[in-house]
Amino acid sequence: MRTTIFVPGDAAALAQGADAVAAAIAAEAARRDMAIRLVRNGTRGMVWLEPLVEVVTSSGRIAYGPVTAADVPGLFAANFATGSVHALCLGPTEDIPWLAGQQRLACRRIGVVDPRSLADYIARGGGEGLRRARAMAPAEIVRAVTDSGLRGRGGAAFPAGIKWQTVLATPAAQKYIVCNADEGDSGTFSDRMLMEGDPFCLLEGMAIAGLAVGATQGFIYVRSEYPHAVAALDAALAEAGDFLGNFKVEVRKGAGSYVCGEETALLESLEGKRGIVRAKPPLPAVAGLFGQPTVINNVITLASVPDILAQGATAYRELGCGRSRGTLPFQLAGNIKYGGLVEVPFGLTLRQLLYDFGGGSRSGRPLRAVQVGGPLGAYLPASQFDSVLDYEAFAAIGAGLGHGGIVAFDDAVDLAKQARYAMKFCAIESCGKCTPCRIGSTRGVEVIDRIRAGQHEQIELLQELCETMTQGSLCAMGSMTPIPVLSALRHFEEDFR
Amino acid sequence: MESPAIVTRIIEQHCARPGALLPMLHEIQDALGCIPPEAVPPIATALNLSRAEVHGVISYYAHFRQEPPGRHVVRVCCAEACQAVGGEALAEHARARLAGSDVTLEPVYCLGLCACGPSVQVDESTLHARVTPEKFDALIAALESAP
Repeated sequence: MRTTIFVPGDAAALAQGADAVAAAIAAEAARRDMAIRLVRNGTRGMVWLEPLVEVVTSSGRIAYGPVTAADVPGLFAANFATGSVHALCLGPTEDIPWLAGQQRLACRRIGVVDPRSLADYIARGGGEGLRRARAMAPAEIVRAVTDSGLRGRGGAAFPAGIKWQTVLATPAAQKYIVCNADEGDSGTFSDRMLMEGDPFCLLEGMAIAGLAVGATQGFIYVRSEYPHAVAALDAALAEAGDFLGNFKVEVRKGAGSYVCGEETALLESLEGKRGIVRAKPPLPAVAGLFGQPTVINNVITLASVPDILAQGATAYRELGCGRSRGTLPFQLAGNIKYGGLVEVPFGLTLRQLLYDFGGGSRSGRPLRAVQVGGPLGAYLPASQFDSVLDYEAFAAIGAGLGHGGIVAFDDAVDLAKQARYAMKFCAIESCGKCTPCRIGSTRGVEVIDRIRAGQHEQIELLQELCETMTQGSLCAMGSMTPIPVLSALRHFEEDFR
Repeated sequence: MESPAIVTRIIEQHCARPGALLPMLHEIQDALGCIPPEAVPPIATALNLSRAEVHGVISYYAHFRQEPPGRHVVRVCCAEACQAVGGEALAEHARARLAGSDVTLEPVYCLGLCACGPSVQVDESTLHARVTPEKFDALIAALESAP
């Protein structure tokens, strides 16, 4: 019988040499005249163990990692295809504590399935949500999503069901489902992992959204920095056949603009224009893409939907805490020992993620600051590591969970420099439509430069500038850039002196 | 095929699609390495836009270039997660190493490789993780010695 061997084709595995490992395995198997089936799966999300090679044995999937091409002959010599002992053997994949301690819903199949095979997707429970949705009235599907408590996972945490209800209730000949896959926040990669590792799940979620609101056309707007995700989605669409019924999906590539992750700028970009933010109202749900009612949701939001339909809204709602229901795929990034994707229900503390999962810093030095929620997220000091991971709890401390990205910094970090970078990034990426963002960010860089040069009386000016940006900007780019700046100033004032 | 013929073919292929401009620009750049100024008038005509509007879109997006790049394009991630593990020092090193080289160096704000930074992308699809200055020099040497 042919042994099945998994070698991830995920970008984070490729960046660590997975293609060379796959080639070495194929060559060594051929040399030994051994029949194998080599599957390029997604990543299990344990990025420090990539390339993580798995073999299918009678006692389940056994993991080896991190594997280099040079390790491959030794693995074959040790008969690793039977799950035998080897220095790199990690035992059954599912029993690795880092993975066993998670509760994966949206990401349950990433790294498990063959992302190119619809049959494998179906065999692992895929398609059940869509099958059920087809037997439901549109309003029933919307109610299930509303009842689940699912909120937008892109960062704004707006209830998905309410958005869908607005689109359902707005009559139009043509409506659209748009997937926001412009995952530009540093420290986030869950969208990328899902698109590369389980693309059919996203397509299924979009098709369900289509049934719910009466849309037959979908667009996935993927950032151009993610060529592997684009390729995986295109391959899945080519393989999809009639899986999606009459729902059509097209993949569109962004072009390196961060602000296009803002939903109205994304719609402008999809329409072929500069990615300039639109004033709201009208909401995209009423007048979105090409002026038509449009559901625009993040990748993880849409990928959570099939499970909600298949398992029921209650099962999803029972997880989490407060008004944050279900799970969030957190991403541990930056200076962290065990980085990767941790999908858990809301309610853990930041400290649990950083130390129980993350193992502290990669450098071995103390963690000094953590930025949660991307470039527009707050810098938190160690005294706030016991904060509970829940949308409201984070809002209460002037922070946000955003898209779940957590970037750790050790004690070498200079928070005044990070604050300057936040303003600089805003200046680079501002769409230019509103003055507080366009001009304020450039003035912000200058003011921070003066503070760092010793003009401490300028701190008050910086605070006033941040107030203007917060109150006067059109979208989150300008209004939230002050969050990293002011949190750095509040918690790490010594760095500005 | 000559560049004007390629541009004409790509325009014809896409002009009926809704929101055709970005897909069109991507394909032209993928085929020619950049979007040459002479491609702008036919695009504008085909999409019923002014040349200024087409130029405005090209110049808005960091990904689009109006002049051909060097023999290779190397992008070094300059975003926070890579900064936390020495990304700035790497970017600095890359600038010095590639000064005067026929390799184009660009900053990129996140490649989604945030748990294994600092990260580097070479020519769109080749990725490198945990790049140290030494590792960077080795991969540039390999690029420069390749035919």
